[in-house]
Amino acid sequence: MPLETIVAGVMVGALVLYALLGGADYGGGVWDLFAFGPRSREQRKLIAEAISPVWEANHVWLILVVVILFTAFPPAFAAIATALHIPITLLLIGIVLRGTAFTFRTYDVQRDDVQRRWSLVFSIASIITPILLGTTLGAIASGTIRVDNGAVTGGFFRSWLAPFPLAVGFFALALFAFLAAVYLTVEARERKLQEDFRMRAIISGVAVGLLALTVFILAKTGAPTVRAGISRSWWALGLHMLTAIFAIGAFVTLWTRRYSVARVCAAAQVTLILLGWAFAQFPHLIEPDLTISSAAAPPVTLELLLGALAAGAILLFPSYYYLFRIFKAE
Amino acid sequence: MDDLLAARSQMAMSLAFHIIFAAIGIAMPLLMIIAEWKWLRSKDEIYLTLAQRWAKGAAILFAVGAVSGTVLSFELGLLWPVFMGYAGSIIGMPFSLEGFAFFTEAIFLGIYLYGWKRVPPRAHLFAGVMVAVSGALSGIFVVIANAWMNAPTGFRLVDGKPVDIDPIAAMLNPAAFSQTLHMTLAAYAATGFAVAGIHAFMLRRDAHNRFHRAALAIALLVGGAGAILQPLSGDSLAKSVARTQPVKLAAFEGHFHTEQGAAFRIGGIPDEAAGETHYAIEIPYLLSVLAYGDPNAVVKGLNDFPATDRPPVAIVHIAFQIMVGCGVAMMLVALWAAWRYLRGRRKQKWLESKWFLRLLIIAAPLGLIAIETGWVVTEVGRQPWIINGVMRTSEAVTPMPGLIVPFLTFTALYIFLAAITVFLLLRQVAASPRDPEPRPQEARVAA
Repeated sequence: MPLETIVAGVMVGALVLYALLGGADYGGGVWDLFAFGPRSREQRKLIAEAISPVWEANHVWLILVVVILFTAFPPAFAAIATALHIPITLLLIGIVLRGTAFTFRTYDVQRDDVQRRWSLVFSIASIITPILLGTTLGAIASGTIRVDNGAVTGGFFRSWLAPFPLAVGFFALALFAFLAAVYLTVEARERKLQEDFRMRAIISGVAVGLLALTVFILAKTGAPTVRAGISRSWWALGLHMLTAIFAIGAFVTLWTRRYSVARVCAAAQVTLILLGWAFAQFPHLIEPDLTISSAAAPPVTLELLLGALAAGAILLFPSYYYLFRIFKAE
Repeated sequence: MDDLLAARSQMAMSLAFHIIFAAIGIAMPLLMIIAEWKWLRSKDEIYLTLAQRWAKGAAILFAVGAVSGTVLSFELGLLWPVFMGYAGSIIGMPFSLEGFAFFTEAIFLGIYLYGWKRVPPRAHLFAGVMVAVSGALSGIFVVIANAWMNAPTGFRLVDGKPVDIDPIAAMLNPAAFSQTLHMTLAAYAATGFAVAGIHAFMLRRDAHNRFHRAALAIALLVGGAGAILQPLSGDSLAKSVARTQPVKLAAFEGHFHTEQGAAFRIGGIPDEAAGETHYAIEIPYLLSVLAYGDPNAVVKGLNDFPATDRPPVAIVHIAFQIMVGCGVAMMLVALWAAWRYLRGRRKQKWLESKWFLRLLIIAAPLGLIAIETGWVVTEVGRQPWIINGVMRTSEAVTPMPGLIVPFLTFTALYIFLAAITVFLLLRQVAASPRDPEPRPQEARVAA
């Protein structure tokens, strides 16, 4: 396998981990906004406890994706940053407000009105940021970012301000909210709190299904080549079957309250959706003008980067495991 | 405001904002682990309280630093896509390594901030050490990438395109060592002085408060050591600039005429139209000595560089003066503090001087001012280049129109964040233990 393909694979892997870990932190923000009922205070507390020690580490996956992109595929980074300047700028504002509002809430006066104000900023930013992230990825898949001789043509709005990328944005939001709700059923210690998040997981799981269908329909005109990749390749049927099995598995186990199994199913489902997208777009980094090989940095850069990624992983995964064992294992 | 100026302003504002949090993020963990280590050794609860109080303040600063750093990693592409398309494969390496350093920092920070009761004391201290080390490494890797922009190596130019790329050679560029050393020491000096100043302020009315005395001693140990060592790294950096960026060195000094045995200027107002610097105090031969280690060395003046390759001289010269002035003042304060502390018979009384405390309060912002002006010196001094001698800043900017909008948006956002951060930190300071002995509930878990 060519080096650049391996690096692209690692980048997709980092993106999957960002969705599974960082994505769930955004989902937590969503459920902070929709905390209601007699246990709204307990719901918010559980969400805050789940996010606090890990969100900064989870957030670094996104930085890793960006760094791999601009080190290994500089022209692709330049093209994405140019064509999608506006949604990425909004995404950054969302990231800034989410992280700071969450921290400010912890350290500001513990009075209800002050806390509510920060909660509102935190949760609204947690909703808008995933939409913009999904929109950005949708635009990359849509085939409307055109790169001619290194220069981006096709304008600053057309590629992302369209039904397909925006639908992908809402799809991403639904996925993150679903993941968070499922994870929280496992992390809740109290039966009634578990039920609260079980209900939320089922509702957001239905939303995931409906939005997946919407995205697929819109892709017919919005992202034809990727849709063709998804629906016609030899592996497509198997992948869809597998995704469907895990989706159904998540519902069944939520229904029967086997939360730990539901968590595995939900994570597998999200992973397979992202992998399905990545395979469908292969070998393109940006549909249709930049491929993994045409945008790749020289081999020496790729070799060193892979070496650094391997060495970094040896350091990273045990530390990450330690962090989660301390705060998530009960 | 044209788009290039808006892009430069947004980048400058983002960096100026982030660097404060980055510098504190590098040095604060060191202060915290010294306090925690003293607690483990002495079992004196006051050091535990101190480590936990500092950790609370640091948590706020870390969060703002993490997100403003994320903004920067994207802004490299949002504002300078041509630069990143060109240089990504050459200098992506230090950014990748920084990614892992940041990962390590974030993971162990989570353990440090929220794990007081969940991990054994030694493991907790170890987490703090990991945060301190990886924080310093993160900063070093990012500054290495910046040093490459000043002294680009590790590639050959053929028809305007980089070939024979060698990312390791790019990392080992001639500016890397002195620039990273200078910035790392600056982080310790600035943070140490800022923290010492806050505790000195609290000691004015409460002179025997053990909590603030212990805090001040640790902060001044770190800050003072940084401030005393800093002139050495500054000298090494100046010599590196003289070799790799002679026009920048001339701008530091407002040095217009090529001279043998050039004088070092203190103060003065550069007049770029006339090609003279007025009203400066000149110390003969010192510039030649500082730049090349030889009183008779020739220092090339700005007038002998093409006008299109010169940076804005007045800004660079004045910023350089402020940076050096702050650095020298901090070194003197640090020496005085060391002298007070080391006179054995007064050891218990080293803080009992109104003037000494007042001086520490005045010196509190100097390091942060020096960092800001130092980056103005580095970045404005490299203009009109984004990659020195290779790519002009005007060639690197995005074709995106209307860049004033994101510039003003981020400026407003950062002013808001700065105000909230200051407000929350003041609350933390105001809530610090007033009594000589901490009340029991304050020794409890942070967060």
